[in-house]
Amino acid sequence: MRGAIAVLAAAGLTVLAACASSSSSGTTGATTSAAASASASPSVTASGSASASSSAAGSGAPASGGTLTVFAAASLKATFTEMGQTFQEQNPGTTVTFNFAGSSDLVTQITSGAPADVFASADQNNMTKAVDGGVIDGTPVNFASNTLTIVTQPGNPKGIAGFADLAKPDLQVVVCAPQVPCGAATQKVEQNTGVTLTPVSEESSVTDVLGKLANGADAGLVYVTDAKNAGDKVTEVPFPEASAVVNVYPIAPVKGGPQPELASKFIELVTGPDGQQILSGAGFQPAP
Amino acid sequence: MTTGAPAPARRRRRAGTGSGLPAWVFAPAVLGGIFIVLPLAAMLARVQWSQFWTLITSESSVDALWLSLKTSTASTILCLLLGTPMALVLARAQFPGLRLARSLVLLPLVLPPVVGGIALIYTYGRLGLIGSYLEAFGIRIAFTTTAVVIAQTFVALPFLVLSLEGSLRTAGRRYEAVAATLGANPTTVLRRVTIPLVLPGLFSGAVLAFARSLGEFGATLTFAGSLQGVTRTLPLEIYLQRETDADAAVALSLVLVVVAVLIVLATRGRGSEGAL
Repeated sequence: MRGAIAVLAAAGLTVLAACASSSSSGTTGATTSAAASASASPSVTASGSASASSSAAGSGAPASGGTLTVFAAASLKATFTEMGQTFQEQNPGTTVTFNFAGSSDLVTQITSGAPADVFASADQNNMTKAVDGGVIDGTPVNFASNTLTIVTQPGNPKGIAGFADLAKPDLQVVVCAPQVPCGAATQKVEQNTGVTLTPVSEESSVTDVLGKLANGADAGLVYVTDAKNAGDKVTEVPFPEASAVVNVYPIAPVKGGPQPELASKFIELVTGPDGQQILSGAGFQPAP
Repeated sequence: MTTGAPAPARRRRRAGTGSGLPAWVFAPAVLGGIFIVLPLAAMLARVQWSQFWTLITSESSVDALWLSLKTSTASTILCLLLGTPMALVLARAQFPGLRLARSLVLLPLVLPPVVGGIALIYTYGRLGLIGSYLEAFGIRIAFTTTAVVIAQTFVALPFLVLSLEGSLRTAGRRYEAVAATLGANPTTVLRRVTIPLVLPGLFSGAVLAFARSLGEFGATLTFAGSLQGVTRTLPLEIYLQRETDADAAVALSLVLVVVAVLIVLATRGRGSEGAL
């Protein structure tokens, strides 16, 4: 009975996978198997978010070189997509597919057996979870860091000058919840500065914080890279206390990944000068 | 071939289902049933029973459940107040553009909730169509419990309208016509004939709206925000807990499933024949 059910579930998922666009077939396949093998995992629904991942497959690349599958934190989407293109140019014949999602979702998928080659996390915590789960090969390498910054409505109409100003009672401030990395960083800044915020909302991702600014909130706390990415939809107010709370991004090859050589090559690219240049262009700081 | 013709009929009778359906229909039907039940069973298997009670009685969990029940009740009442007249108009009135009106009313049913949330931001948000005027009067909707109720009502209203309209059409207008010829005015007909006639449909519509409100996630997350005790309903709490504590997320999911099952049983238990 159990076997029959598993076959049934797999068949259903195959149908679903077939419905997905062909451009991200590599990623979809990975997601599907994660869901299939993780039928007991509560976070399986989260793999749906992975379908939003993009593929960096180059046009007309021959299939002989193999496909590298990279699971990376959502905040790395722009930079890693660019690096994927660089990687394909440097290694003709290879294809890089990405699965961009929240780091904790990615850990769940990888520990559930998703065939990833590389895992890049947005914080140490989730990488530690992956290492503890026995799915990481070797020691993770830190490749970038990110700090918090204040974003306000365009032009900063409330005249927010620093972190302490966010505690003013008439301000609507939106932050990340302490459960997610950006919220944990916010909490540390609060502890360091002794300023207690009374946010109107604690979001589960930076994207949602930025979304609430569109909803009319006065200010939010996001990463420098997110503020840069949001362009002129927000005004950034950097504050000095942010530099004391640094969020570090680690990367590591996944144990048993189908492409171990390509994986280490990709990690070399990320940690090497080309990768670092792309990252700093997006506002990331080098790893401490 | 001629002798073979009665055979399927006999076999059908032998299957003893009394449904008059060909036997092969049951295979995909059972498959579909497994498709729905299997994930729930898989989740159940993951519940850490030893910590279950501690997990679901934590302060944030209780706040979230309580907020969910409060806001869902409020939005169900709003749905009844707004949706009942809507269903009456759609089922009984005749005017040009009726079809279009019905399609528009049912729109939230097919919209992804996130899209609904975005639309609500641009309506009631601080910089929104109505929100900017409300702001002038010092009324702020975004980030309040009111925003949660608005989001839930927006997505749940079509369920009530659809369910009730179906009941109204099934009930027909004969009794109403009779009551009218006996001299009852339209309000009396509505109060004494129409509404009692479709009460089961009204009930199941309200229960459906409540259930949809309880499960609302996307529009709330996008429009209302997420703050414990104010806007963080049970689905949002589950989504957040999942980041750090998968066990707590599973435990809370089970609570939501139990509430949902109770709701479904409630509708099936109270004669909802014909409605949906």
